[in-house]
Amino acid sequence: MRRWYLQPSILVGSIILLTVLAAALLAGWLYPGDPLDMVGAPYVWPGDDRELPLGTDLMGRDLTAGLLHGARVSLLVGVSSAVLSLAIGIAVGAAAGFYRGRVDAVLTRITEFFQTIPAFLLAIILVAVLRPTLGTIVFALGVTSWTSIARLVRSEFITLREREFVRASIALGASDAHLIFREILPNAWTPVIVSTALLVANAILSEAGLSFLGLGDPNLVSWGSMIGLGRDALRTGWYMTAIPGLAIVLTVLALNLLSDALHAALNPRLRRAERLNLPSSTATP
Amino acid sequence: MSQRILKRLLQLLGVVASTAILNFALLKALPGDLVDVIASESGAATPEYVAQLRQMYGLDRNAFEQLLSYLGRIAQGDLGYSFRYGEPVLGLVLDRLGPTLALVGAALAISVVAGVLLGIASARRPHGVTDTVLSALATLGYSAPMFWTALMLIVLLGVKLAWLPIGGLTDISAGYRGPRLWLDYAWHLVLPVLTLSIYYVAVYARLSRASMVETLAEDYIRTARAKGAREGRVIFRHALRNAVLPVLTMLGLQSSALLGGSIVVETVFAWPGLGQLSFEAIKSRDLPVLLAVLLFSGVLVVLGNLLVDVAQARLDPRVRVQPQPATAGSAA
Repeated sequence: MRRWYLQPSILVGSIILLTVLAAALLAGWLYPGDPLDMVGAPYVWPGDDRELPLGTDLMGRDLTAGLLHGARVSLLVGVSSAVLSLAIGIAVGAAAGFYRGRVDAVLTRITEFFQTIPAFLLAIILVAVLRPTLGTIVFALGVTSWTSIARLVRSEFITLREREFVRASIALGASDAHLIFREILPNAWTPVIVSTALLVANAILSEAGLSFLGLGDPNLVSWGSMIGLGRDALRTGWYMTAIPGLAIVLTVLALNLLSDALHAALNPRLRRAERLNLPSSTATP
Repeated sequence: MSQRILKRLLQLLGVVASTAILNFALLKALPGDLVDVIASESGAATPEYVAQLRQMYGLDRNAFEQLLSYLGRIAQGDLGYSFRYGEPVLGLVLDRLGPTLALVGAALAISVVAGVLLGIASARRPHGVTDTVLSALATLGYSAPMFWTALMLIVLLGVKLAWLPIGGLTDISAGYRGPRLWLDYAWHLVLPVLTLSIYYVAVYARLSRASMVETLAEDYIRTARAKGAREGRVIFRHALRNAVLPVLTMLGLQSSALLGGSIVVETVFAWPGLGQLSFEAIKSRDLPVLLAVLLFSGVLVVLGNLLVDVAQARLDPRVRVQPQPATAGSAA
């Protein structure tokens, strides 16, 4: 068995993600000016000017600076709204799975309702109503994407609650809070961690979508808003759209790869299942 | 089965009522009310006129009474009035329903069929060459934001190669009629459907791969092989039926995400459906329209789930024979 962290998908995913993180951290140092300022002629193609390695957009703004500063917005929004979704999802799922009965019925109804209405549309409406800022975008994405976590945590709690170590703890007179936070939750982390990477990936995609539709924070450069602007020059300068889009694809791809690899590594049952399946399918011609 | 349908219909009522309450709360959260909007649109409005308007629209009553009258109006099919379009919202939304259903329906059909076939191809040899290549492509497919895929397809197929039309419902200048017009609709649908499909084929391929790998390890598959059934028969007669059930469940869950995705795709391709309508409503802050689209989306998702229920009952005798009381977990 190879060491799980040496898998190619983990290596590739980590390298990309660390690069994006470095870009976000170094943006202010490498490009201290406002990335929304004009620095040169518009429509400079990538590679035409050594000072502007990725060229300029149709307003003469440096695409490299935008890309680095945009990494900040993407990561910040992605991580913060994932944390918010996690908090809501864990609270709802834990309460529903731990208390069952009427609490469960009500919370499950609410979860189903949020699954029924399109999350992205609700996020759009929330941002439009609350006015687009970084904070409202994080809020809108956070409160619309917690349902999968809630379902996951609920089902984990339902199984774990009946396990012997929990029963033993109940017999010792442990409080509900102790049971939830010290006994059950630590054992439910594995699937939650795997889903968190997907949560961040989806939040990054949604943030890009919001900015693309013109609902991003107007004072910040984001990859989505760069694409939205580049769209106006799609025929003559498609690189303005392609470059920030590739940044999104790579970042989201890295998160998806990491999530998959973690899923395989942290879930021994899955590993066994895949091994068991191998002979039955390789046996056929 | 009839119990399941009944449950879905009850859910439909619940979703409409909950969405209506949520919509009402969002309307209240806005700074200013309908009357402020009318007053600012009309330019000069005296305080007396404003007060009169408030009374006319019932905005001088308390929030609970307002909510009840709002629910009453929705029950009568009155979804409000769009000041930007100058017509009732219901008609606007119904006009845009057809194009969205055509787009989403075509994309769903293609994604499920292609996704399941690719999933089967992967599952036959997990970690083989085909599986590795297809899995990598699938991961790439659902990592790309749809609006970006759309724009790149426009650059490649619409502008550079100029094979396909890049926007709109039909070529108005050509003035087609009859069957030729329908063909032109379909022709304009190719790129938007392709965009949505790239993403969802990836989703379903991944899902059906996992489900197929699991099913192919079952004892009855080994039995089928042992009695000498051909590979095609084993896969399509014995395994597919069971392997496709989780895909269907996912389909029900995904239908709301699909509608969400169609917002950006319709916007990019100027496809005059609900998504483009919502985008125009965002730009002009036309909230009644947005809220009506939200309401309709909820209804569409529940109806989609109803179809999924029926399909699952056809495929799986267990669903048909015993109407399980606790289907919420598996189907909702």
